[in-house]
Amino acid sequence: MEVEQSLIPNTLSEITLARSRTSFLNTPLPYFKTQAFEGPLDLLLHLIRINKVDIYDIPIAEITEQYLAYVALLEQIDLASVGEYVVVAATLIEIKSRLLLPLSSSESSEEEDDPRTELVARLLEYQSFHGAVETLRDWEAFRRTLYFRSATEQSDDYILPIAEAEADVSQLFHALSRLLAQAGVDEKPVTAVTPRRRLSLRLKMAEMLRHLQRAGDEGLMFESLFDLPCPCYDIVLVFLGLLELIKQERVRFVQRGAMQEIRLYFVMEEAVVRV
Amino acid sequence: MSDEVRVINKEAALECLLFVSGEPIPITELARALDVDIVTVEGVLRSLQISLKERESGLQLLRIAGGWQLATRSEYAEVVARLLTRTSNKLSRASMETLAIIAYRQPTTAPEIEAVRGVSVGGVLKTLLDRRLIREAGRKMALGRPMLYETTPDFLHYFGITDTSQLPTLELESPPPVAAETVVDGKVSVSAMVTG
Repeated sequence: MEVEQSLIPNTLSEITLARSRTSFLNTPLPYFKTQAFEGPLDLLLHLIRINKVDIYDIPIAEITEQYLAYVALLEQIDLASVGEYVVVAATLIEIKSRLLLPLSSSESSEEEDDPRTELVARLLEYQSFHGAVETLRDWEAFRRTLYFRSATEQSDDYILPIAEAEADVSQLFHALSRLLAQAGVDEKPVTAVTPRRRLSLRLKMAEMLRHLQRAGDEGLMFESLFDLPCPCYDIVLVFLGLLELIKQERVRFVQRGAMQEIRLYFVMEEAVVRV
Repeated sequence: MSDEVRVINKEAALECLLFVSGEPIPITELARALDVDIVTVEGVLRSLQISLKERESGLQLLRIAGGWQLATRSEYAEVVARLLTRTSNKLSRASMETLAIIAYRQPTTAPEIEAVRGVSVGGVLKTLLDRRLIREAGRKMALGRPMLYETTPDFLHYFGITDTSQLPTLELESPPPVAAETVVDGKVSVSAMVTG
């Protein structure tokens, strides 16, 4: 308890961690800065590093003791993030209890059943990303010494070409805006009773798919889906149906360049099956 | 002679294209605008790169995020910084870790990222989405249909790379000799059982 008391004032100011030089026993507990750790795995890796132990042969009892000391400390400072640490603490304690159980003599493959294996695998996986993070940091730092022209703001004057590839939804949206500008030609006021047959979204989607399937490799022009002039309702319906079909990956669409036609293609069922 | 003039003109034309564009231009677009084939564009890009260097221009021509773009030289960063103020902060450690996992595992889901990092990543993902470094890439056909995430061209641009294949390979520590022995033991015992 006394040790813990002395730790608390140091937690926020001290970044350096006390290093254990001899055995784990009678070693002063390390000092921590709460923000220094990105979660329980980070903390565990740190403890393994400063104690200079083999990651494949973690002394669970000692590491758990230090780990719990930190969790206890964290509880007083940042209760919200304790939860994530407790899960790993429970894992550590479970591992220790399994290590304490006597091995049944019939089991010859004791090494394979090492309860630490899974935890070690997780630690190694997590650690493997550290090198990548460092590289990204270096790249970020260098890239911040370069300046580029920001995206052109006079977008009314001209727009940049779109790479010839699968278009994205914003291009579809532009096309929709163009259509809506032409629409509403024969639209009646909202108050009027309209005896028109109104299609459901599902029916409309099925109809569009049929058309597209018939068109085959040729595909269909985006505009040809609309029967202009027509009420906004129909345009919205077709557009919603189209978005849904694209989301379900039953239709794909391609635009060759800015302001050029958008073509829609039917996607064969086999291609959809991929997860 | 006339050939040489044409080359110079192409270089100037290329410079125009790069000047007006606020984002990297794919080589196919450059070829289309210059009305030449891709091999020629590559030659012109190289000669512009060299001539920028020779005239000690403050600008350099970079291959970035799947295209070509002019950028200031890093030596002049301080000067530019005196004029412009950067509004974006460096990424936090949490963001970096999450981004790295997405970059290597893409497309991947929040639960998968959380399994690696051991902490929840909801807030971090939102930050990364807001900064357009990642985007949604459909849903995984798994329990709960979790959202898939992938990196964007902005991600490439942020780190000044051309594509994700430039990321270094992940360093996994080699398994300890003990484990290898265990495997051998296991095989031995299995074969012994079979023969016995």
